[in-house]
Amino acid sequence: MQTEPQDHLFTKQNTCAVNLKVNGEDKKLFILPWVSLLDGLRDHLHLTGTKKGCDHGQCGACTVICDGKRILSCLTLAVMKNGSEITTVEGVAQGDNLHPIQQAFIDHDAFQCGYCTPGQICSAIGLIKEGKANSREEVKELMSGNLCRCGANVGIIDAIMQVKDGGSGE
Amino acid sequence: MNNFEYQQATTSVEAINLIENHDGSRFLAGGTNLIDLWKYNITNPTELIDINRIAELSEIRELENGGLRLGAGFKNADTAYHPVVEQKYPLLSKAILAGASAQIRNMASNGGNLLQRTRCYYFYDPEVPCNKRVPGSGCPAKEGYNRIHAILGASEHCIAVFPSDMCVALTALDAVVNVAGPEGNRSINFADFHRLPDDRPDLDNNLKPHELIVSIDLPEKGFAANYSYLKLRDRHSYAFALVSVATALELDGDTIKEARIALGGVAHKPWRSAEAEDFLRGKIANAESFALAADIILSGATGYGHNDFKIKLAKRAIVRNGLMALNPESQLPGAQPSA
Amino acid sequence: MDLNKTVGQPISRLEGKLKVTGVAKYAAEYEVDDLLHGYVVSSPITKGKILNIDISKALRIPGVKDVLSHENRTKLAWFDLQYTDMDAPPGTVFKPLYDENILYNGQPIALVVAEDFETARYASTQIIFEFQQETFETNLRNNLDKARPAKKGFATALKPPPPPPTGDFENAFENAACKVEAEFQHGTEHHNPIELFATTTVYEGKGKLTIYDKTQGTINNQLYVANIFGLHYKDVRVLAPFVGGAFGSGLRPQYQLFLCVMAALHLKRNVRVVLDRKQMFSFSHRPPAIQKMRFGSDINGKITALGHSAFAETSNFEDYTEPTANWSHKLYPSPNTLFEHNLVPLDVYTPMDMRAPGGSTALHAIECTMDELAHQLKIDPLELRLINYSEMDPSSKKPYTSKALRACYLEAAEKFGWSNRNPEPRAMKRGNKLVGFGMATGIWDAFQFPARVEAMITKDGRMVLNNATTDIGTGTLTVMTQIAADELGLSLEEVDFQYGDSKKPFSMFQGGSAITSSTGVAIVVAAKALRKKLLRKAAEMDASPFKKAKEDEVIFSAGKMHLKDQPEVFISLKEIIASNKGKAIKTTNLGKPHMLKLRKYSLATHSASFVEVEVDQDLGTVTVTRAVTAVAAGKIINPKTAKSQISGSMVWGISKALHEETIMDDHLGKYINANLGEYHIPVHADINQLDVIFADEKDDLINEIGTKGVGEIGLVGMPAAISNAIFNATGKRIYKLPIHFDELI
Repeated sequence: MQTEPQDHLFTKQNTCAVNLKVNGEDKKLFILPWVSLLDGLRDHLHLTGTKKGCDHGQCGACTVICDGKRILSCLTLAVMKNGSEITTVEGVAQGDNLHPIQQAFIDHDAFQCGYCTPGQICSAIGLIKEGKANSREEVKELMSGNLCRCGANVGIIDAIMQVKDGGSGE
Repeated sequence: MNNFEYQQATTSVEAINLIENHDGSRFLAGGTNLIDLWKYNITNPTELIDINRIAELSEIRELENGGLRLGAGFKNADTAYHPVVEQKYPLLSKAILAGASAQIRNMASNGGNLLQRTRCYYFYDPEVPCNKRVPGSGCPAKEGYNRIHAILGASEHCIAVFPSDMCVALTALDAVVNVAGPEGNRSINFADFHRLPDDRPDLDNNLKPHELIVSIDLPEKGFAANYSYLKLRDRHSYAFALVSVATALELDGDTIKEARIALGGVAHKPWRSAEAEDFLRGKIANAESFALAADIILSGATGYGHNDFKIKLAKRAIVRNGLMALNPESQLPGAQPSA
Repeated sequence: MDLNKTVGQPISRLEGKLKVTGVAKYAAEYEVDDLLHGYVVSSPITKGKILNIDISKALRIPGVKDVLSHENRTKLAWFDLQYTDMDAPPGTVFKPLYDENILYNGQPIALVVAEDFETARYASTQIIFEFQQETFETNLRNNLDKARPAKKGFATALKPPPPPPTGDFENAFENAACKVEAEFQHGTEHHNPIELFATTTVYEGKGKLTIYDKTQGTINNQLYVANIFGLHYKDVRVLAPFVGGAFGSGLRPQYQLFLCVMAALHLKRNVRVVLDRKQMFSFSHRPPAIQKMRFGSDINGKITALGHSAFAETSNFEDYTEPTANWSHKLYPSPNTLFEHNLVPLDVYTPMDMRAPGGSTALHAIECTMDELAHQLKIDPLELRLINYSEMDPSSKKPYTSKALRACYLEAAEKFGWSNRNPEPRAMKRGNKLVGFGMATGIWDAFQFPARVEAMITKDGRMVLNNATTDIGTGTLTVMTQIAADELGLSLEEVDFQYGDSKKPFSMFQGGSAITSSTGVAIVVAAKALRKKLLRKAAEMDASPFKKAKEDEVIFSAGKMHLKDQPEVFISLKEIIASNKGKAIKTTNLGKPHMLKLRKYSLATHSASFVEVEVDQDLGTVTVTRAVTAVAAGKIINPKTAKSQISGSMVWGISKALHEETIMDDHLGKYINANLGEYHIPVHADINQLDVIFADEKDDLINEIGTKGVGEIGLVGMPAAISNAIFNATGKRIYKLPIHFDELI
């Protein structure tokens, strides 16, 4: 659909100040309202661990944890999350100590190309925190929003089951 | 794809005032559908009014009449996992959890779920005609690939289906939608909320301009003893329904006192048949009764080629889901057919 | 050298930590100063001409730098040959923004370049095009009258046409005691790696470019860019250390590379171009195919006639071929054969290799036809394969360098519990589910390309290796490190395999399951040369005990060189380098297939897949409840990453059988489900137990390390095994993939 160029929208008045706490650090973004949280993280904060796979909420690669819940950063405008706490894959480990899910992913060879991996990991952490998945079947169902084109599905679910049952998923 | 201004509203009144004063503005809640449509250049808002911080929309509370009020801004996942919903309205819980993915359910609002647009391929492609997107431009789905399209209630102008799972359960449960608007507040019975395409497929529902969904009321009766949601699709999760069925039964021994059957994935709105439900009243709850009811529900169904299978599939799904409702524990994650 | 062997050990991916922490950077993720962002505009029409482009509105948008199209593009290479890449099929290469002609829907027709991504994306909607549309043809079946054999060209070497007929097929088929005639149909599939195709071009000035690109071939893309834009190849550096999946789509340079480089040169700026998901459906794909099968046997199941005629889509400008009709006779002897592979040119982009190209399509048809033959003969499907088992390659009449397919059959059947199968369809039930068992054979090439490796020992006693290959998720880094570590008796931590960079010594693109054998052999050759140099250096040292030692009289272990017979006599590699004044000792060597020797042999990997499905008896929904695939692929360097290659391929097999299809609307001439919501690949809920077995297959002939490659073989047998299991469950044989569950009710 053709519309008239909206030059007036590229002005300072339309720029939004967005405060985010990302991986424990306060960040301030000055962005136009149409910048997605995903592009805000990747292009503006240079946190490229969060991946763009479809940009339409269909693959889960952009999953981040926002105020304790896993969400899709591609379908979220950054401006909507002013004041929120965001955890990306870069903030999951404690310094050099990998999060148990990260270590389990390595141990179970739960990835190949690695591109869907940050989304799978953030989603898995969200899943364990939600506490709604008891069986392997439920874990699979509740992880189904994260596609893996390499077909590492079995390793991913094995890794999550190990951490979930080991009780160290927080 | 156009650019837009952004404003936050903190009360419903403020939100409605804002939308009235700006042509082309839209309410923004979870964004899971609106942002998607905007990126695809299908919806072109000039201003987004963020309603996520309106406290009154985010409540969930029990009503004096024994029902439950779901705030329009309350999230789908929070609704599905809310203890009262799980205990009293498990059909709704199951239906919500059959839709989308965990992440999207964490984002999507209850009000927004009602306002989802169709997933018709042609609607989603701004380069091709579509009467729903550009009235009068045509409907390539009729002659094209229509595996996912409607078998009931379609018109010559549009054969798209409404994609929600949650709304199939809300239809079966006789929910009521409470809206606020410039002309005041009103309530709409769920059956009257969405509409069939007729000659205005661009209109999905009967909301008036600038009206805001405030909440959804569930009546007292939740059918927690005998219910089931079944969803049939091309993969086991994270796909839209080809056919889905919400069944809620009230039984007296083996006899059906009341039956509610709503279908998703088959029409421009969740589909119910009063005639079929009347037929089931007093019948023995078994495959034979459900099959006869299914024949009634699908009596006016028409396929468009690729989706002809939906008629037979829907009938069988109604039977299976009726049997699953007799034994709700037989339901599996992802609303898959019982083992 | 037998101490601390890493080859054969299940080593975790060495880059694992970088991937699970988000540190690994992909093509669109390099932080570059003053970066401009390009957004591609795609053709909304399928065939015709661009009559006019009005970019004035787009140019007025603040932040827009330029809009490039065929009207204002920079002067480019003139000859087709200069656009040719290493994987180009015969024909005329597609040249982006070359002229006003539209050859297919989604063709790139302009590039908007702006200060930020969002502005470029917005401006892309503000360009006004005028088109003249022409009629088009996109339907394979409706155009079978145009079928013809493929033109021959460079690519024919890797994809030979089917062998000529043998015996008297028509007569033999007509008179066969048992015969099966069937037609199979496959739709279009797109690779859809989760990483979007992307290029970041750093404009270095003085005609120099550094390019971060999503590709399976750094040198392929380096030469492509240099040839087209008239740059010296040494001034073009293509880097791809991490590739977010490719599956064949990165074997040829894709148009975002071309557009990104053009914009960088035109604007003399750093530029990034990332495709969107819809545009990921606007280049290569697996072609739709129709296959007509005619197999005949005697009453005992011995095959007497093999007929396989394939018709596959190609574009109107290149003749893409995938091997289909070549496979059945490599497995099953038959005195009478008739094989054809014909192309039907349509108004689409040229198809391209997609994981197990040809093999996965052909073996579905071949192995379903075999299953039907077994059913009609009332012979167990596994037994029928064994009746027709051949130790040698019947089509070339050459022996295989190795073939452990029989072990695959037997070990997988045992693990699966095949003996519990009831051959009668619909006979096995579990509650509401019909249960079916199915099996199928897989066969795939065992390619090796020439590769060059630089290897050195540095002053800290570490080994550094350089090769231009990528690691698209296959585990190349880990596997190469293992091979190198064992060759020099080092630990994995002491080896740095550096890759993903066109500046490094030659590697072909990473395709055809070939890189382990290609770069791996080059490492072995280089390591040998390196050991020789180290020995020579050590021998030169004062009072060296190695003065008279020959190459086979020393061993390398734990960072030291020892005399074989007197292991207590040793010198550390560090000391050798110190005696070289601290200068690294290095060598660069070529590894290549032993063509002369191997001409007498046939080379292949094999597999056997066994699948259990549950099909809902009323609703038709299908679940692959478990599957076992046994693979014979020579030596397995790393059983952990190799297993992932196979189980990942098995997921692809499930996807091909039950899920993925790109839907072409022939009225519109375009794909209508060009997104990951409606182009279904399996989700976690679709995947259940997948078991992988590696059959013991020692191969001293094929190459120095005895490897054959595991990237594709795991996919080949799965679609047929699933289809055959569905037949066993339901009695319905579905000839079209993917199988829609509603076809089973």
